[in-house]
Amino acid sequence: MRYLPKSDADRRELLKAIGARSIDDLFAPIPAEYRLQRDLKVPRQMAESEIVDWYRERSRENGDGYCAFLGAGAYSHYRPVIIDSLISRGEFLTAYTPYQAEISQGTLQSIFEFQTMICELTGMEVANASMYDGSTGAAEAVMMAARLTGRRSVVIARSVHPEYREVLATYAWHQGMPLSLAGFSKTGRLDLKALEEGINADTACVLIQSPNFFGTIEDVEAIADIAHRKGALLVVSIAEAVSLGIVEPPRQADIIAMEAQSFGVPLGFGGPYCGVIATREQFVRQMPGRLVGQTTDRNGKRGFVLTLATREQHIRREKATSNICTNQALVALMANIFMTVYGKVGLKELAKQNLAKTAYAAEQFGRHAKVLFAGAPRFNEFVVETSEDPYAINSRLLGHKIVGGLPLKKFYPELGNAALWCCTELTTRTSIDTAVAMVAESERSVQSGKEAEVTEEVTR
Amino acid sequence: MKHMTRKATRHVSQNENLIFEKSSPGKAAWKLPPLDVPEVDTSKLLGASERKDLGNMPEVSEIEIIRHFTRLSTWNYAIDLGMYPLGSCTMKYNPRVNEAVARLEGLANAHPYQPEKISQGGLRIIKTLSECLIEITGMDAITLQPAAGAHGELTGLLMARAYHQSKGNPRKKVLIPDSAHGTNPATAAMVGYSVENLKSNDRGIVDVAALTSQMNEDVAALMLTNPNTLGVFEQEIHKIADVMHAKGGLLYMDGANMNALVGKVRPGDFGVDVMHLNLHKTFSTPHGGGGPGSGPVAVKQILEPFLPKPVVVTKTDGTLGFDYDRPMSVGRVRAFYGNFGMFVRALAYILANGPDGLRQTTEDAVLNANYIRKGLEGVYDLPYPTPTMHEVVFSDKLQAKKGVKTGDIAKRLIDYGFHPYTVSFPLIVHGAMMIEPTESESKEEMDLFVEAMRSIAEEVDEDPQTVLTAPHSTRVSRLDEVAAARKPILRWKPAE
Repeated sequence: MRYLPKSDADRRELLKAIGARSIDDLFAPIPAEYRLQRDLKVPRQMAESEIVDWYRERSRENGDGYCAFLGAGAYSHYRPVIIDSLISRGEFLTAYTPYQAEISQGTLQSIFEFQTMICELTGMEVANASMYDGSTGAAEAVMMAARLTGRRSVVIARSVHPEYREVLATYAWHQGMPLSLAGFSKTGRLDLKALEEGINADTACVLIQSPNFFGTIEDVEAIADIAHRKGALLVVSIAEAVSLGIVEPPRQADIIAMEAQSFGVPLGFGGPYCGVIATREQFVRQMPGRLVGQTTDRNGKRGFVLTLATREQHIRREKATSNICTNQALVALMANIFMTVYGKVGLKELAKQNLAKTAYAAEQFGRHAKVLFAGAPRFNEFVVETSEDPYAINSRLLGHKIVGGLPLKKFYPELGNAALWCCTELTTRTSIDTAVAMVAESERSVQSGKEAEVTEEVTR
Repeated sequence: MKHMTRKATRHVSQNENLIFEKSSPGKAAWKLPPLDVPEVDTSKLLGASERKDLGNMPEVSEIEIIRHFTRLSTWNYAIDLGMYPLGSCTMKYNPRVNEAVARLEGLANAHPYQPEKISQGGLRIIKTLSECLIEITGMDAITLQPAAGAHGELTGLLMARAYHQSKGNPRKKVLIPDSAHGTNPATAAMVGYSVENLKSNDRGIVDVAALTSQMNEDVAALMLTNPNTLGVFEQEIHKIADVMHAKGGLLYMDGANMNALVGKVRPGDFGVDVMHLNLHKTFSTPHGGGGPGSGPVAVKQILEPFLPKPVVVTKTDGTLGFDYDRPMSVGRVRAFYGNFGMFVRALAYILANGPDGLRQTTEDAVLNANYIRKGLEGVYDLPYPTPTMHEVVFSDKLQAKKGVKTGDIAKRLIDYGFHPYTVSFPLIVHGAMMIEPTESESKEEMDLFVEAMRSIAEEVDEDPQTVLTAPHSTRVSRLDEVAAARKPILRWKPAE
């Protein structure tokens, strides 16, 4: 086996040194009746070339070469080449959690920079080293709010990613944490009246997403005002991190739970991604997840360590702020490099291109179909309502190697034939025009179908 | 230094400031293509939501970024540099073909919501890995959705709770041995269970009599790591399972130490009802400085209805798809389907090994731990002489007489060119030194490690100060963790 650095002679020598007759001696503690006396039924040992071939085949079967208008919590942005060059360095890739600070300064300093940039972008005072993803980060942020307020219930905007809401429901299930929903208005924004009515004296926090699931930017100031007036905290989920380049961050939030996938992390069929929680300094001791802090060594030299570990499971066990241990460090490093590459000016320009492509696409679609939620600003997603079932339109688009917008019926039955479309800097005008043409054709044929029916009616 | 190491030689490492300290206006590492759609007036589009300023985000060029992170990387120890004997962490070789295949266009760029019709490759990977892991664990069904081991524990206990709930009573407690990893009690608390400690016996394993007396109808499950954190196989596992099952409880196995078992024995065969695996330990996906992990949860048939949704199924037309219609499911534990990129890597590892390679891997891991044990026995105190599987736990008892603790020995090990073992864990061993070499170490590397550990023991006798002030060869000396926690500086700020 090519990964094992031992010859049979080595193995015999080791056994001899140990004083064992055979390898079976070492497995003697396992009761004999349980010892497996056969080969595992897994595929036979394959050569590297065979493995690569097998995966190439799977890759070809997996949407290779399609242009997708899908967003909804997973965004297709360009990934600068140096991200993979740098994260492939074995010193980053094959290191453990930086508990031994003296030989982990590389990882520690990079996390410190990551925390700093997340603070700069979100307008928060502290950020952690990462959470699993945006969905679990949001759930943990809500539980953090419950600890901070001593209150139990949560009001969730229906415009929060439906799968994030499902995850929160799972987490809340056995915490005795009642969840209630607040709907959205005609603008796609949270219905402030419903919110106001939804909050009571037991509401620990309000959870919203901005830009929300429909791509609409929420009026965070107004929402924060309502929540805070009633003594509840405001937790804001950000699923599309690139929006932070041009959209004012939710500075009025108490906790921000973010998904940093947009920052140079491959779509990868849904993961691994990179959640992160940011908050105010006063709340840091209730924050879940690892934190890196600056300190000095014995000679006064600057260095970095994992800190405030008394919040964590390996110290506090059942009293910890969360059970999280392994996080998404290498993915956070990808995001860190991405943020460094684009920086202060590039992130803004990148976000502007997303805005321009989306504005163009929304306008073009709007000529032939109904673009919903026009009354509020949006970032790089928009909802198009067609006369025909979007699944039918999408299956025709597939023939052009285009994946159309996400049909929303599954999550929002009342939105009928609406679909969520996303454009990023990678979306070309040509593909937008092709998709728009298909939608236009669909509308025309539905229209002429209706006309034909009318004509039939008249002649009858 | 009298005791010089054969493993390592000091060399120059580059200094490097924080990236913000290298930034200056006008530098850039990016270039966008020209827009092929009309420019937009952002303030008109966004109004009050428009962001004007990105604060102190850096402005640097590409070569500076390359040097910055390359320099930082050289400050890390890594498996690629040498033995990384962290107990219960299974720091094994991370094969590079795994990285190559995970980056294939159709896998790396696949959107989670793309139609199933054009996702058959991804679904096939999920299905194949699931089948392999079910066979390896001897269980009946599996979810790959949890993002890490602790997340798997949460999922597993949620399922246990849902199972009990379906029988009319969720029960109140979870039993956890005192040798357990901290995530176990933290997880039980998150699922709304109170934690009851289970004392180990003098051989370091579960005391079946104590278990029997503590087990009752209030107990939902026992969370057991097997082999446990002492590297000891729970020899009375069948009795343990029987005690749990007799009172309707479930046996949860923390699979952190599965590297001792693959291909040799299957938890499903010795009575485990639910368990998680750590793909970033046993199945070679890289730890990456702390993550990402992946924590699949395998279950027996009785728990199958409660698996998180969706699950992958074969449809009537023979294609694969997601099934969301799972009325008994505990729900979702993560958006989308889990850390798919880690599934790709773990399956590549299984394919590279095959049944014979997996078995040989386990045998070598156990052989290596026993070889280390033999090499250090007598020099360091071995608190539990019970047979060792994949890791061995010594204590600093002999060295503590000279005022040298496990943490000091660990720091001194750095000067000898090794990453330390796991320090002060498990908690049942005072001054624990927990060593897991994994199968990835050659005899030569282990001999160097034993030589280093023996040399440090001599230093403790002759010159304890050298050990107490270690490390001496690193960029920074011991860092002031107390000050870091007392006045936390958690981000860079520009000088005022």
